[in-house]
Amino acid sequence: MTPPAPGKLKIYLGYAAGVGKTYQMLTDAQDLHRQGHDIVIGYFEPHGRADTIAKTEGLETIPRRNVEYRGAVFEEMNTDAILARHPEICVVDEFPHTNVPGSARTKRWEDVTVLLEAGIGVLTTMNIQHLESLNDQVWQISGVRVRETIPDWVVKQADQVVMVDVTPGALVNRLLRGVVYSQEKSKKALENFFQESTLGALRELAMRQTAHESESHHAEPQRHEPAVSTHAHDGAQLHDSGPPAQLLYPTGRLERILILVTADPSSAMVIRRAKRVADYLHADCIAVAIERPTGGNKIVAAERDAIERHLNFARNLHIDARLLSAEAVTDDPAKAVVEFARVNGVTQVFLARPRGKGLAGMLRSGIEQRVVWLSRDMQVTIVADRTRGGAA
Amino acid sequence: MTPATRRRTPEELLLQVQAEEAQDKRGRLKIFLGYASGVGKSFRMLDEGRRRAERGQDVVVGAIQLPPTPDVEPLLNKLEAIPLRQVDGVGVMDVPAILARMPRVCLVDGLAWNNPAGSMNASRWQDVRQLLDAGIAVIASINIQYIAELQGAVEKITGKHVTQTVPQSFLFGTDEIVVVDAPPEMCFGHSGQGVAGDPARIAHQLSELREIALLFAADVVDHQLETYLKQNGVAASFGTQERVMVCLTPRTSATAMIESGKRNADRFHGELIAAHVRQGQLDELARTALERNLEMARQAGAHIEILEGDDPIEAILEFARERGITQIFVGHGVDSKWWHRWTGGPVGRLIRGAQGIDVRVFPQ
Repeated sequence: MTPPAPGKLKIYLGYAAGVGKTYQMLTDAQDLHRQGHDIVIGYFEPHGRADTIAKTEGLETIPRRNVEYRGAVFEEMNTDAILARHPEICVVDEFPHTNVPGSARTKRWEDVTVLLEAGIGVLTTMNIQHLESLNDQVWQISGVRVRETIPDWVVKQADQVVMVDVTPGALVNRLLRGVVYSQEKSKKALENFFQESTLGALRELAMRQTAHESESHHAEPQRHEPAVSTHAHDGAQLHDSGPPAQLLYPTGRLERILILVTADPSSAMVIRRAKRVADYLHADCIAVAIERPTGGNKIVAAERDAIERHLNFARNLHIDARLLSAEAVTDDPAKAVVEFARVNGVTQVFLARPRGKGLAGMLRSGIEQRVVWLSRDMQVTIVADRTRGGAA
Repeated sequence: MTPATRRRTPEELLLQVQAEEAQDKRGRLKIFLGYASGVGKSFRMLDEGRRRAERGQDVVVGAIQLPPTPDVEPLLNKLEAIPLRQVDGVGVMDVPAILARMPRVCLVDGLAWNNPAGSMNASRWQDVRQLLDAGIAVIASINIQYIAELQGAVEKITGKHVTQTVPQSFLFGTDEIVVVDAPPEMCFGHSGQGVAGDPARIAHQLSELREIALLFAADVVDHQLETYLKQNGVAASFGTQERVMVCLTPRTSATAMIESGKRNADRFHGELIAAHVRQGQLDELARTALERNLEMARQAGAHIEILEGDDPIEAILEFARERGITQIFVGHGVDSKWWHRWTGGPVGRLIRGAQGIDVRVFPQ
């Protein structure tokens, strides 16, 4: 039996609660239903909004699944029931949702992937602040660290990304009239996330992202076999695990970005930013950390755990991430990184901004400073600390 | 960077007061922006008119494309319309009649329409300005192909030349802009489109037009955001638009830096700025080298900035903060002193000072 052709994914992208994503999605669902398509609602979050609820009328809804967790009962999308019903198209609200622990899959986007693989088309909704690569910038803009994120490659798989736009003024009005949230919740929202400047900035990000998604659909980059030989010595060879062909730049060089991962929490920020730049430049992206022998030392062991976590984070974003083992590394870790980069045809190194102010900062800067110093034939990007209040 | 509220300069306060005063008297302008006919601009405009009328606002239709498409007809029936005046067989918005009627809100389609010779205003968008000045709020819709500055780009895609246009500055002055977005398929088979041929090619064209519309709207929003932040004395940059600043000296090997800067700015649809900090007198050789570098940047479409300041690093950082730069490109000289190994030298200082900005160091 051949597997079914994967279902198509359509994302309704907004920039805040209340812009009308779900309303727009359900309006389209009604149209599709009228045109004779077999469409069901897999998950819908009414938020008590009457006009949106009215849009579900006449559409079949697959009942939710009850999940018990720590004595409370939660409702989740019933993916198995949808698969059994096997409609042509399924409506799934709130793409970035995290399932209750104990569910078959951690994230709703993983459930959606299962539906797509079964050949079911999916309409879904999300806000721009849930895109992983913008996480730090969203924090900088809004002061909110969004926890439920979706890797960029998941969004890239969508056949269509449509922006649902409304002006911040109209949105604030809706909020004041109590359409989006209850009065009490509205007041709080207006003080925080719903400030006009915050909304404007998020809206701009959503527009640019939608344009970018549209562009990557119609502008297939000129593909090429890798022109740069990646052969190496000492087993430090990079096996090209990315797409089989790459963009060749006018200079004749293949852009390849290397991310230096350390135990420092800023590594996440560097990974997000470098991946975003790599995606826009159609460049290859790899992440590397240097392993130090533990020798039973607890501090070093904790450091190793942090590094492993960061490398896994990179892998989740579809970055080839690896730990350079101590044997392959000389006593100078900065030299090891630069050597690895050189051998593997890296054109740019991304690393975190050295921490600390003044002389202490200079002296603590360690490996980063050394990498800048040694990378005499590569570009080195020192990624900014995009936090509220900037770097210490 | 925190949006720190700082003391406003008198100029900024004046700007705010003026803006608020003008705001009180002038009607507000809201524009629905679409990338092709068939995306539903007119529908969104009329639907907003209907909702406002239902909420008790005094709304009239000033101008609408005729004949109306079936989807907008029921909306039109619910709204009062001021009929177009026929001048030499051309439908002209009846500005005197609208001013006499003095509604609170007026809906206007076809902003780029030219009025016949001898009219008070040459174009309909100028009629709109007159309504706004009179204190009437206007809700309008426009297709990107009618924006003068976008004409070249749009023409390249569609192969069609439009003679009637609206200047970009008019759209940057709107109080509110809304993108009417829809997947390209939605525009198929719609009358006004008139593109015949291979569906895949049309889809491709529409998708390119859609991208232009989204980026244009993003630029308008960015401009509004900047104005808002300035008026409110907020010294912040959100980095929503990428701005690459390439720092050039006579000795910079500029080719790689400018090429890379251009590529980054292009791919992110951002801005490219090339800056040089003037320091003392340059000899003939240095001056020629610098001019060559700046010319190369100019050719790449960079905006050139000559900065002043005794301390070049400070000058660069101050400019970067002011302009909301997101990436600084600098060269790393080979003649660094031995102690720079530990202190990082000037580049190290730049890195430590560049809060919230990426610094890319280029080998020289």
